[in-house]
Amino acid sequence: MLIPFFYMLREGGMKTSITELLTLHEAMKSGLAGQSVDDFYFLARSALVKDEAHLDRFDRIFGAYFKGVDDSLSDLLQEIPEEWLQLQAELQLSEEEKKLIESMSGFDELMRALQERLDEQNERHEGGSKWIGTAGVSPFGAYGYNPEGIRIGQQGSRNRSAAKVWEKREYRNLDDSVELGTRNIKVAMRRLRKFAREGATNQLDLNDTIDKTARNGGMLDIRMVPERHNAVKILLCLDIGGSMDDHVHICEETFSAASSEFKHLEYFYFHNFVYESMWKDNRRRQSEKTSTLDITHKYTSDYKLIFVGDATMSPYEIVYPGGSVEHWNEEPGAVWIKRLLSTYPKAIWLNPEPKTRWDYTPSVKLIRDLMDDRMYPLTIAGLEEGIKALR
Amino acid sequence: MIDSRFKGTNSYIATDDLSMAVNAAVTLERPILIKGEPGTGKTQLAIEVAKSMGKPLFEWHIKSTTKAQQGLYEYDAVARLRDSQLGDDKVHDISNYIMHGKVWEAFDCVEQPVLLIDEIDKADIEFPNDLLQELDRMEFYVYETKELVKARHRPIIIITSNNEKELPDAFLRRCFFHYIKFPDQETMAQIVDVHFPSLKKELLSEALKAFYKVRDVRGLKKKPSTSELLDWIKLLLAEDISIEALHTENAQRAIPPLYGALLKNEQDVHLFEQLVFLDRRTNPQ
Repeated sequence: MLIPFFYMLREGGMKTSITELLTLHEAMKSGLAGQSVDDFYFLARSALVKDEAHLDRFDRIFGAYFKGVDDSLSDLLQEIPEEWLQLQAELQLSEEEKKLIESMSGFDELMRALQERLDEQNERHEGGSKWIGTAGVSPFGAYGYNPEGIRIGQQGSRNRSAAKVWEKREYRNLDDSVELGTRNIKVAMRRLRKFAREGATNQLDLNDTIDKTARNGGMLDIRMVPERHNAVKILLCLDIGGSMDDHVHICEETFSAASSEFKHLEYFYFHNFVYESMWKDNRRRQSEKTSTLDITHKYTSDYKLIFVGDATMSPYEIVYPGGSVEHWNEEPGAVWIKRLLSTYPKAIWLNPEPKTRWDYTPSVKLIRDLMDDRMYPLTIAGLEEGIKALR
Repeated sequence: MIDSRFKGTNSYIATDDLSMAVNAAVTLERPILIKGEPGTGKTQLAIEVAKSMGKPLFEWHIKSTTKAQQGLYEYDAVARLRDSQLGDDKVHDISNYIMHGKVWEAFDCVEQPVLLIDEIDKADIEFPNDLLQELDRMEFYVYETKELVKARHRPIIIITSNNEKELPDAFLRRCFFHYIKFPDQETMAQIVDVHFPSLKKELLSEALKAFYKVRDVRGLKKKPSTSELLDWIKLLLAEDISIEALHTENAQRAIPPLYGALLKNEQDVHLFEQLVFLDRRTNPQ
């Protein structure tokens, strides 16, 4: 009876295997699930889901599949969840976003987009409109700021107590495309670790010792090797000020995670785009600059280069000499980024703006082209992808 | 079977889904993988399962340098080399230099034991793969002495992970999985209750309110968890803090007493103090 459910899970993008399905059957046979749906839900979840990032997905599919079992749920499913609205309230809008909204064709456009989104979800899983909730980062969610925006919040109230366990969707923010905390960033960055032996010899190399001792005719010949260290070197360039103010928090987190993870971490700041110099101390950004050329000379090409910036600016700032908003630059930023990229072949750009918004900004496209498309959103999933590209 | 079900103990509150996962793992004799925020009692679970079922517990704590082989056995070549140089008779029997690991000890146990493999993600990425066969068949081969070590009773294996590395799929398929989510206020009250049964109701509810308020502060690097709450309450009791000092109206304006037990990071403390200060300035009494 569980086979259609199994396929539904797989279609939903979960990597559930036959072994796990058989385990579930075995568990049910030994009477673990008993008579209650809740027990079955717990059992199925612990047997079929192996990653907390998939728990929310599982809850949704489970809810959709077993909806017939408990029809009283259906009216709940039709409503628009308050979580979405909460998410909206939490969204902080940057000036750019606000302009973007104004530049779109206004209220009618919004309503049409909303309708589309809702229709799509009806098709996807029978009115499980909660999906919108997690899509709080979509351009759509952003409209919450608009005073004439869509006030979905005033529709009826939800009777939360009636919701089943899987309906509560408590694992929403574990889905790996959202929430990024220091710890998560650290974990993602740790994937970049590469151990190498260098430095003082302080560990006994057993194999070599035995080998040398044997060759020595049985007299002990102790061989030592250096301890293994994380040998990855990182050059971090952070955009600061202006449009980045909205992302200060997430950049701080990234930075603090990176600084505790890597021994060889060098960082520099730039404003909007890289030009002939960067700086290390924002209070003395005018007086204490480091020439970008010096940077490329000082740090060898085995450093991996990570830009963190929203890549949101006027295209002039990238392609024209003198385009910088702060000073007169002799050569365009595009030339400088090419120099950096030719020194550091392993490079990525992390963008704190949600990926859905990238297409609205021409400068993002320009930079993506310059970076050979190695631009990733600053989410766990994006960071992981980026780290993969760096390896 | 039903009688030996794990339902939490008098010092450990297990939610329904957690006990279901544990019972499924025990019944089907599969390992269970536990994940969750630091400080939500992952390691404690193994200790409590062993205690409640009256089974011996073997703890194998994993470090970044741990190899899978070390859990099975280690061949102490250096000792043998030394003995050979000193002309010790022990040197002729290789089994004198085989050191049993935790897995071997658990396999050798006369009754069914509980084996805790703590923080498996700390180890090298290959570590779980190296243990696949051993955990599946519950046997391994000792090359030095050419003997096959088989588990007398399949141990209940509890594995914890802090999610620092992804675990290989092949490994995950063989396990049950449970994610301990952060307890809600109700469960938390139960948890505190089993640890401090004599705690006054009002003090508990005020302490919990203050605790969740601190947890809700946005941008904390390390959110306080269950274990920090328990430490904090212990301190509150030791210092004999009055309920008034914890009162909600104050909690917004004043920093909760002894907050050093909750916030372990100076930046967090700083952030928190700033927020309280801001709040005081914007809503003067």
